[in-house]
Amino acid sequence: MNASILSRRVLVAAAPALVATQAAGQGAAQTLLNVSYDPTREFYREFNASFAAAWATRGQARPNISTSHGGSGRQARAVIDGLQADVVTLALAYDIDEIAERGIIARDWQRRLPNNSAPYTSTVVLLVRRGNPKQIRDWGDLLRTGVSVVTPNPKTSGGARWNYLALWAWALRQQGGSPQAAEQAVTQLYRQVPVLDTGARGSTTTFVQRGVGDVFLSWENEAHLALQEFPQSGLEIIYPSLSILAEPPVAVVDANVDRRGTRALAEAYLQHLYTEDGQRLAAKHHYRPRDAAILSANASRFPGMELATVDDVFGGWANAQRTHFADGGVFDRIYRPRR
Amino acid sequence: MRHAATDSPLMRWGLPVLALALAAVLLLLPLAAVFTEALRRGWEVAVAAIAEPDALAAIRLTLLVAAISVPVNTIGGIAAAWAVTKHDFPGKRVLVTWIEIPFSVSPVISGLVFVLLFGAQGYFGPWLRERDIQIIFALPGLVLATVFVTFPFVARTLIPLMQEQGRDEEEAAATLGASGWQTFLRVTLPNVKWALLAGVLLCNARAMGEFGAVSVVSGHIRGQTNTMPLHVEILYNEYMFAGAFAVSALLALLGLVTLAAKAVLERLSDRRLGSKA
Repeated sequence: MNASILSRRVLVAAAPALVATQAAGQGAAQTLLNVSYDPTREFYREFNASFAAAWATRGQARPNISTSHGGSGRQARAVIDGLQADVVTLALAYDIDEIAERGIIARDWQRRLPNNSAPYTSTVVLLVRRGNPKQIRDWGDLLRTGVSVVTPNPKTSGGARWNYLALWAWALRQQGGSPQAAEQAVTQLYRQVPVLDTGARGSTTTFVQRGVGDVFLSWENEAHLALQEFPQSGLEIIYPSLSILAEPPVAVVDANVDRRGTRALAEAYLQHLYTEDGQRLAAKHHYRPRDAAILSANASRFPGMELATVDDVFGGWANAQRTHFADGGVFDRIYRPRR
Repeated sequence: MRHAATDSPLMRWGLPVLALALAAVLLLLPLAAVFTEALRRGWEVAVAAIAEPDALAAIRLTLLVAAISVPVNTIGGIAAAWAVTKHDFPGKRVLVTWIEIPFSVSPVISGLVFVLLFGAQGYFGPWLRERDIQIIFALPGLVLATVFVTFPFVARTLIPLMQEQGRDEEEAAATLGASGWQTFLRVTLPNVKWALLAGVLLCNARAMGEFGAVSVVSGHIRGQTNTMPLHVEILYNEYMFAGAFAVSALLALLGLVTLAAKAVLERLSDRRLGSKA
């Protein structure tokens, strides 16, 4: 009973604050919805504040920016199903292509902003437990029997698709590397995955908090965040000999901004990602900034490594998606849920 | 029939002890854990997590969705129960089965059905867009999904009781010249009011706690379309465990208050029946 009285008191105490925020939202202030993927939560929370301040200095009313996070594929699906996103900031170009396919975003979206519309990059690293007990050094070590690997479901998670392609690219590069050998490698890997979560963040929780698995195939930024959030855990980041250049792209959702009259705001929001402030925040949240000066200032956190690109190895995302992740693709063929 | 008194002591004492132990381990322990975790970093942290704008928005949204869904299902449930117990019509059995569909279908599918109907690519999507009506990823979608999932509660609590009570009193009222509406208000409704309240409270508890169906149609926009269960998931995924458990505790508390109200009502109704007898 005491607790319910307390909660009522909290509600009453917070009511004036609520009224105040609503009042600030009135007038010319616009709202902006950024539909993003899983591990960008912390980054965009800070970025939104930075952009809102910048927008306000241009004499505009401070916008109300909301965000929605989830597995990249699932988020794209929500926008297709009518989620009123002004901008999408997803894990890979294919997910935005899927939206463009429905005429909601212009087909040439990737040419509208610099660097393939990807203002920051990331890569896939291996996160292991304290002292690296299974002696994981490179992709090949994941395929040993008895090594349990955590990675999300490539059907719903963008990060999971980067993980898969990184292993494939590595396997092609090995002696005697061939598509057959690469297929064998991914087949073996997914045999050692105890659970496929739908998004990168779910997998992080599975690995870090539930203590499942020996290795976690992780976004570089997500791995750094886990280290930061759980300093006592002794987790270690292993940089493999070769990984993949992940370019998480951004786009204005044309149909929605034109209907809502938010195009100017949405475009400015994405451009802000390329400014010094935006790049610095990206680096702070462990995304590799495009700005060379800011990247080299953070070189210790972003060690140089060989990064294959989807265009070079897989002939672009559309091809990679069709061959590997579409219904009836390689992943469907090789993945058998554990019984 | 066997009597409890003739059972062996093992049966008489062993079974209740076993049941209580199971209840303690499976029900009380997790509940206690939620409250302990919520207060692990002190009252201040827990209260701050609840007073934070996104959390308040989630609380308001949850209460709003329940405030719409529960009355809708109360009326719908009474109508359905009244129809199947006091009237005969072709297809009656089919209707009784339909009422239980939400119980047997996974909540995720319950949510997807509405995306299929009202999503931008759905059957009514283009029509809705022309009129600028947003159902999915907005309040109407959340309410629809919640109404669907919680529909059976009122009907299922009423039907057995109304079946047992039979139609004699209604028929007597009709013979004395009461209209259908008068019969319903003066005879049927008073007979089932306690069961109705119990059903409404159960419906309310589930409406506030529903996760699966609501997750599909929510769009997860912070401060706008996140209900309390969804907000808990978000906080948990963002490593804000104290906050996640604080909001969970509040949600659990809302459920417990509902259950306590139900228990009190049942006791009251027993006393009434007892004094009548």
